[in-house]
Parts: sequence; structure tokens; C-alpha cells
Amino acid sequence: MANKISDETIEYVGILAKLELSGEEKEKAKSDMEKMLDYIDTLNELDTEGIEPMSHVFPVNNVFREDVVRNTDGSKDALANAPLAKDQGFKVPKTIG
Amino acid sequence: MDICKMTALELGRRIRQRNLSVPEVVNAYLARIEAIEPAVNSFVTVDTERALERARKVQKGIDDGTYKSPLAGVPVAIKDNLCTTGMLTTCSSKILGNFRPAFSAEAVRNLEKAGAVILGKTNMDEFAMGSTTETSYYGATKNPWNLEHVPGGSSGGSCAAVAAEECPFALGSDTGGSIRQPSSFCGVVGIKPTYGTVSRYGLIAYGSSLDQVGPVAKNVSDCAAALEAIASHDEKDSTSIRREDYRFTEALVDDVKDMRIGIPKDYFGDGLDGEVKAHILNAVKALEEKGASVEEFDLELVQHAIPAYYVIASAEASSNLARFDGVKYGYRTEDYDGLHRMYKKTRSEGFGPEVKRRIMLGSFVLSSGYYDAYYLKALRTKALIKRAFDRAFERYDIIAAPAAPTTAPKLGESLSDPIRMYLGDIYTVSVNLAGLPGITVPVGQDKKGLPIGMQLIGDCFAEKKIIRAAYAFEQGKSWEAPEISGVLTQGVPGRDGISREGGR
Repeated sequence: MANKISDETIEYVGILAKLELSGEEKEKAKSDMEKMLDYIDTLNELDTEGIEPMSHVFPVNNVFREDVVRNTDGSKDALANAPLAKDQGFKVPKTIG
Repeated sequence: MDICKMTALELGRRIRQRNLSVPEVVNAYLARIEAIEPAVNSFVTVDTERALERARKVQKGIDDGTYKSPLAGVPVAIKDNLCTTGMLTTCSSKILGNFRPAFSAEAVRNLEKAGAVILGKTNMDEFAMGSTTETSYYGATKNPWNLEHVPGGSSGGSCAAVAAEECPFALGSDTGGSIRQPSSFCGVVGIKPTYGTVSRYGLIAYGSSLDQVGPVAKNVSDCAAALEAIASHDEKDSTSIRREDYRFTEALVDDVKDMRIGIPKDYFGDGLDGEVKAHILNAVKALEEKGASVEEFDLELVQHAIPAYYVIASAEASSNLARFDGVKYGYRTEDYDGLHRMYKKTRSEGFGPEVKRRIMLGSFVLSSGYYDAYYLKALRTKALIKRAFDRAFERYDIIAAPAAPTTAPKLGESLSDPIRMYLGDIYTVSVNLAGLPGITVPVGQDKKGLPIGMQLIGDCFAEKKIIRAAYAFEQGKSWEAPEISGVLTQGVPGRDGISREGGR
């Protein structure tokens, strides 16, 4: 079974992935994804009827704790890594018109 | 007395006996790194100044009794996806090229509590995505056994650094074989612990349900001691497990009598290199001669592990890597118009091709309309794989297998065909999907002189069994380091394009 990825699909996946691909990169991404999906389709040989999807190998539950502040103010250290900072905050382009 | 030839535990012993000082040891390794790096490129960052300052502090701490651990004063290299306070942590990516974390990973903190001295950060495949360390933004690492070959990956820098004696031990991470496969290619010992044994806090996530931190060292004893130091229950990692027993060094016993070893037939069929196969079967025979019983069995589902792995790992990666958006840390594109264009341009310029490929695939398999067919199908396959291992461990204590189908390929051979590169992970990815522990030990070399490693796989929480078998196998063998061709021993300047901190 050969998968075919359309221009629309690669465009849509680019939006989901927040990646901007050049024309050449898009063509490459299409053919890479088609090949990978053909390969992934070999999973269809397996009968998984009635098998629960396993997200975690151990029987784990939510881990709860009291919501008590334990860390100190690390804002200075955090902001030290910001590409742009202003007045105790991360500076970003205007988001609301 | 060659300091760089010693094992981590021997160094620790001599430091405690005041036979060596910590600054003396750290200086010896820094000089070795200076000489080796132009040829091998194991490190992204070497922090000379900090290492020397820390060495003096740790020496004081040993003198006044603060540090008593077997690893006190012993230098270590850390894979560059583990956060280190104030020290560059790049994940070998452009997008984190200037990132200095405000905190250290729990595994790193545990090592520091034990008195280890960090030399620097090791090279890796970008965001741990790759099997050769060639996808690093900071240049490929070379295999110390033959500089025309890859060291494996993604913890290729850590494994090459140990093999080239640039550090006595190192930390790596293993999502689909990233400790065990490069350990095999570099002739060193590496452990991927049971999922949840070492905290993932401060490990920059790739596939969170599969990622584990583990040690790489010259021998099994060093690895067991390092694992004992880094393993802990940690509230900051909600998947961390409180284990009853962290005393892994207790398993360093030369005794495999009554141990039942299973040999998965499907791991020794087509696709496995003849020399690799012969060496591993010889190693298994050595364990049999020591009293273990050996039996072949069908593990099944081997061919399906890789597609299931790539769906799950890519899906998790697409979500985990969403945080790299040019706002809080790392690279931001120069020119942009509005927030969304800024996100897209930053990410497109900051990530390399393999990372983009996996983010795209992950976004696709999680998108509506495909989620059931791909993502849930992969999770169902994972359940079947876990069952197959459960059945195997009803009959066997450990499973012996190759860590990779071949010895290390030549540089540049793997990246052109992703699926072929992914197939190289065939013997390792199932172990991550099932959350199991695995260890790689060197068992010989092929005719080209490249190392071959054997992988021993245990049931969940059965690290002690694989450590015991690996230790028993290792008896009578001594650490063997490669001759590195064309390496000067003195006066090599730092190279361009590599961040050197601390006065270089």
C-alpha cells in the first residue's frame, strides 16, 4: 500500500508543527513521510483487536502533592536566557491586534 | 602511572587514599581532552575553569569528610541534553546554542552530591534524534577506534569520550538504544535502566515515555557504581519510581550458576552481520561454561518494534519540542513580522533536518483522522511487545542479544536513507517500549578492528541480574583503549566553531 501525501496535507502538518518549509523541503518532506508511512503500515499485519493501547508500561496513577511553594524566585535566572526581555517579562511581538 | 587509563572506581580509591589529588586528576583529563578533541570531537563544551575550581572544592570536601562516595573527586562528562546550572546545554542544536539552564538535572545533582567533577558536555545527535551523532549542529563525533567511522548515537559523544579516555565515565540518555548502541560501537559499557529508575527532571525531553538517563564507563563495576549514584526517587519527575533496592554494586559477583539465558532466534537471523553474531554467541558460550543455562526462543514482533517506536517517539517529540519557540530561551530569528511568523521562522532556522522530519511525522500521526490508525495502533503494538517480553521472562532471567546489526558504519553512510538508519535500532527499541533495563558489554572486535558489544536485557527492576551476568563475563578481561591515529599529546589549540569556556 503506497501512501500519497498531498500538498494540502504537508501544508496542514507544517501549520501544526509550526515549521515553515521551502518548496524543496516540502517535496522532500512529502517523500520522506510517504516512505515512513508505508513502513509504519506494516503494523497493520498485526491483529490488535481487543488490545488496550499502552501509554505507560507500569500501572501508574496521578501523583499528587500539596500545592506548597518550595522554590524561590528564579525569575532573574529565567529571564537571563530570554532572547528579548523587558521589565521582568519576555518580550514578544504584538499578539492582539 | 597514567591517570587517564584508570577506571572511575580506581581513581576514586586513590583520591580517597591521598595517592592522587582531585586537581591532579582533573588536570590530567583536561590535558587529554585538549590533545584528543581535534581528532574525535566528543565534546560540545569543555568548562576548564569551572572544573578546576570544583576540583579544589571537592578536594577540600574530601579532606574534611563531606564527600565519602566511591566517585568523590572523579571527573565525569555529561551528555548535552542534561541541564547543568549556568553551563551551556545545547542538545547539539542551533536552537539551544546559547542556553544556560537555571537548574541542574536530578541525575547531575546526584553525581555532584557524590563529589564528581564535571569536565564538560558531550556531543550527541540533535535532540537525541539519530543513531550516529552526525546530526549534531556542532559537527560529527568520530569513533576513536577508527576516525573514519561513526561512534554511534545518540550518546556518541559520551561513549567516544570514555573510549578515548577523555573521561573515566559519562552520562548518556537512551530513548531507543542511544546508550547501548554507541557503547557497542565504541567498545565501552553502558546501562539503560528500568524506566523510572533515574529521574528525568532536567533531561531535555525527546520521547518522555521512553527516555532514561544512564551511565557509560570502561567496565561493569564503574557503570554499576555510577548508576547507584544517579538513581533516586524524585518528586519532580512524576514517572519516577520509588525502588526498594538501589544497591546495584551488590550485583558485582562472578557467579552465573543457575542463571537462565534466553537467546531470541529472531535477533540472530537475516540482517545480522556474521562476525557480530559469532562474537556474541561466543560470549554467551562463555557464560554457559560458567554455569548458566542457554536456550533459544521466539520473541516475536521484532520487525514491528521499529515502526511502533518511530510513531510513539515522533509523536512525543512533536509535543515536547513545541516549547522551542524563540520566546523563553535559545535562538530567535532575526527578522519577523508578528508572533506566528516569529515561531515558524525561529523553529525552521533553529532545527536540523532530522528533527524537522520527526516533528512533522509526529504532528501527522497525532492529527485528527490519523490518531487512531497510527498513534493508537502503535500503542497497541507496544502492549503486545511488552507481553512478549513478559512471557520470555517467565522462562529466562536475562536475554542475550546484539546491540546493533553491524559494527560502526563509516561517516556519511547512514544519513542518506533514514529508514535504513532506523533499522539499525532493531535490537534496542523494544527494550525502551517495554521499559526494561539493558546493558552493553564489549565482547570483541571485527576484522577491521571495530568493537562489538553484547546487549543483556533484564525484566523490569532486574538490573542486578544483567549487571551480574555482564560482570561475570568481563572477568579476566582488562580495559582496552584504542590507539588514536594522528593525535598530538601537547599544544593543540581549541578549534573554531566549538564553544570553549573558561579561558580557552
